[in-house]
Amino acid sequence: MSLIFEKSTSGRRGARLPESDVPATAHLPEQYLRAQPAELPEVSEAEAIRHFTNLSHRNFAVDRNFYPLGSCTMKYNPKVCEEVVRLEGFSALHPLLPQLRGGGLLTQGALQVVYETERLLSEITGMAEFTMQPMAGAHGELTGVMLIAAYHRKRGNRKTKVIIPDSAHGTNPASAAIAGYGVVSVPTDSNGVMDMKEFERVLDSEVAAVMLTCPNTLGLFNPNLRTMAERVHNVDGLMYCDGANLNAILGQCRPGDIGFNVVHVNLHKTFATPHGGGGPGAGPVGVSEQLRDLLPTSLVVKRSDGTFALEYGRSGSIGYVAPFYGNFGIILRAYAYILLLGKEGLIRVSENAVLNANYIMHRLKDYYDLPYNRSCMHECVFSASRQMKNGVHAMDIAKALIDEGFHPPTVYFPLIVKEALMIEPTETESKETLDAFCDAMIRIAERAEQDPADFAARPRSTPVSRLDEVAAARKAKVRA
Amino acid sequence: MPYIPNTDNDRKAMLETLGLDCVADLFRIIPESFRPKSFEIPPGKSEFEVSQWLRHLAGKNATDLVCFLGGGYYDHFIPAAVDAVLRRGEFYTAYTPYQPEVSQGTLQVAYEYQTSLCRLLEMEVANASMYDGGTALYEAALMALRVTGRNKILVDGGVSPIYRKILYCYTKNLSIEFHEITPVHGQSDREEIAKYLDDRTAAIILQNPNFFGAIDDFTDIVNRAHTVGALAVLSVYPISLGLLKTPGEMNVDIATGEGQSLGLPLSFGGPYLGFMTTRMEYVRKMPGRIVGETVDREGKRGFVLTLQAREQHIRREKATSNICTNHALCALAAQTYMTLLGKQGLVQVARVCADRAEYARERLGAIPGVEVKCSAPTFNEFTIELPRDAAEVVNQMIERGFAAGFPLGRYYEGMEKYLLVAVTEKRTKEEIGQFAEALEAVVCH
Repeated sequence: MSLIFEKSTSGRRGARLPESDVPATAHLPEQYLRAQPAELPEVSEAEAIRHFTNLSHRNFAVDRNFYPLGSCTMKYNPKVCEEVVRLEGFSALHPLLPQLRGGGLLTQGALQVVYETERLLSEITGMAEFTMQPMAGAHGELTGVMLIAAYHRKRGNRKTKVIIPDSAHGTNPASAAIAGYGVVSVPTDSNGVMDMKEFERVLDSEVAAVMLTCPNTLGLFNPNLRTMAERVHNVDGLMYCDGANLNAILGQCRPGDIGFNVVHVNLHKTFATPHGGGGPGAGPVGVSEQLRDLLPTSLVVKRSDGTFALEYGRSGSIGYVAPFYGNFGIILRAYAYILLLGKEGLIRVSENAVLNANYIMHRLKDYYDLPYNRSCMHECVFSASRQMKNGVHAMDIAKALIDEGFHPPTVYFPLIVKEALMIEPTETESKETLDAFCDAMIRIAERAEQDPADFAARPRSTPVSRLDEVAAARKAKVRA
Repeated sequence: MPYIPNTDNDRKAMLETLGLDCVADLFRIIPESFRPKSFEIPPGKSEFEVSQWLRHLAGKNATDLVCFLGGGYYDHFIPAAVDAVLRRGEFYTAYTPYQPEVSQGTLQVAYEYQTSLCRLLEMEVANASMYDGGTALYEAALMALRVTGRNKILVDGGVSPIYRKILYCYTKNLSIEFHEITPVHGQSDREEIAKYLDDRTAAIILQNPNFFGAIDDFTDIVNRAHTVGALAVLSVYPISLGLLKTPGEMNVDIATGEGQSLGLPLSFGGPYLGFMTTRMEYVRKMPGRIVGETVDREGKRGFVLTLQAREQHIRREKATSNICTNHALCALAAQTYMTLLGKQGLVQVARVCADRAEYARERLGAIPGVEVKCSAPTFNEFTIELPRDAAEVVNQMIERGFAAGFPLGRYYEGMEKYLLVAVTEKRTKEEIGQFAEALEAVVCH
């Protein structure tokens, strides 16, 4: 499809703007001005709308069909949540307004949304308090590790490293490293959880924290967590919970009760805010009691008269991790979602997410290798190693699934599973959808036996066929 | 449950397939001692009830004030077509384009956005988005350390105090030597900058227009930085680039900024859009997603995530950044906005902002006791000194229906009487006149 720049015709306009009604007095000296206007497209509004609408048709999305992208929790996003963020009382609100004298009273509704979401997340996870500021999961991780660093600075601890399982998301080691820590990677045992012997071998007084995803990226729950927490706390280390998979344990257990000191939650996963084609999300971070003073500035508090206010200047605050109060539009969607589902709804989320994943695992385990053959939580991880013997790789299976009308699972992650196929159905899918997906996966497995040559040319049903990523990186043409 | 389709019968059938009696059997792996100590969440409500409740809360926020409040976040007009594009479920319910064949929409939008941004800033390469202007500036600082292998950074005091707080917060656990250069009369102090720029300096960080509203041509500072091998990092306000000298023209190495003004609502602080651009020679040190052009098997043009060897999912602790999910949908808003305004519209909106701000500056400057503080030219925001405490004046202006601006005393000691006033294309001559009259009545009281 043509680029918008290729559709440009000199003189066309896509928006009529207010004309100036004041004398044109702003004569800025030439030295401060650009020489040429920017070569932006010149199209009418209709041309613009058709361009972007036609581009949208070239996307797969949850609103089109099943999107079992493991670890990403591609569940359905309720439409009412989209509606409420567009209420003018929220969308037109300037973030500096509550920082003006008397401005807090003009933003009570918005402050209440932030406060109540914070309280709900604290209850859901069993933490003492949350900062709502982090703007993505990885941003939450970084904030969490910075909180851990501040804790150790305050205690005068010499800490140099963070323990992370080899199954972790890449963001975990990256966040720890960017916050200034070394990373110690610990292998996964045959049960699919962190190897306890190796964990105990590397645990020493220089360990700042252990970062664990719960349940982990294999979709498995680690029953040793409390024992690990005790060992880590004994060396004055802290337990970090990557809450990317919180949807699996809603109402079943809470990171705070198990012994975690820091947890981040991905509102765009567990709490159904849309993924936006790659954000914006939100990654609020909850902490246990001893880290509350360190939380970023500012926080929303409820005063004794029932009004809400911004609180600045907690003694040990690490400072500003975001310009304001977080991705408010995302927090608002998550708030609406939690109110809609309520206690029984949230519990039903985890039940159905886990039931759906186990159902898929059961239906497919005769056709694909299952490296960790035990009851899973919200996702299951297969390996295409059996198909690979015929030259059919995980990526080939992914491309074949596209032609069956489904978005592929996550492939080649976790890194510790060869030819990984990571399937996360979520609770918003029906049994019929799961059956249709499993039928397609079974057909593909059979075709991998009978006609492996068929895979090379897939997908066929898409606007473009397989793309040359090596050439893209080599020539690096990153703009028109 | 409208969002959970499985009925009790479905669940029963599925459990039978699994050979289980009840749903609780699925959670046997979780030790009994891990069960929640509490889970006090209110019962669920109907869509109507939730919608009514949120309407009630929205009604408790004042959005009827005439807005002269800026500080880096502006009340610009957004054409309706922007939201029409954002509401396409094909865009907003997709995720990071890991499978390019079914993500050409998202990928082409990102490629077009990168192109528009490069053309607006006259820079060589842009990434696909960051969270906001502040975190983008922090990422630029870390990038400058990687490029130069040095660890000293100069920060102009005219850079947004919010951005500076963010910068210092993230780097507290790293050994970076920061020097802040205090502006003189609201402008960069070139002598002081020259004094601190040396062969240990990784970067000088600047902002245009600066937080006080002053515009500048930093070409001389950029050249000076280059002579000692340091990079020049510039944070810009994209709407101002309809008129103002670009980072490219100033020969800047990394340019970042806040993209909220490009078609995103103020939305109480987010989601916004951080952007980052640089020279092609530094692209492999750049953080964030980048989309590149390539071809498919038939030679047809297509787009993919590229240069991924920089990123956390491949390099883990050696990645250029930990960023994963970014603000793709906000970049779509910006690209739609830039398309709708186009080559002429962006110049026009900048022109109207500048003219109306100039008019406001004259009107407010004419009020007895009010002094326009900045002698340098300004774009759409400027600083005035009031005869008394600006926070108090702003408080009284709220009663008269105006968000009068941002009192600088909040971030700058000794500037308690200074007020930062922003004017966008939405503020009419009439509103500016009323504002001047109200301010005169308040300060002369």
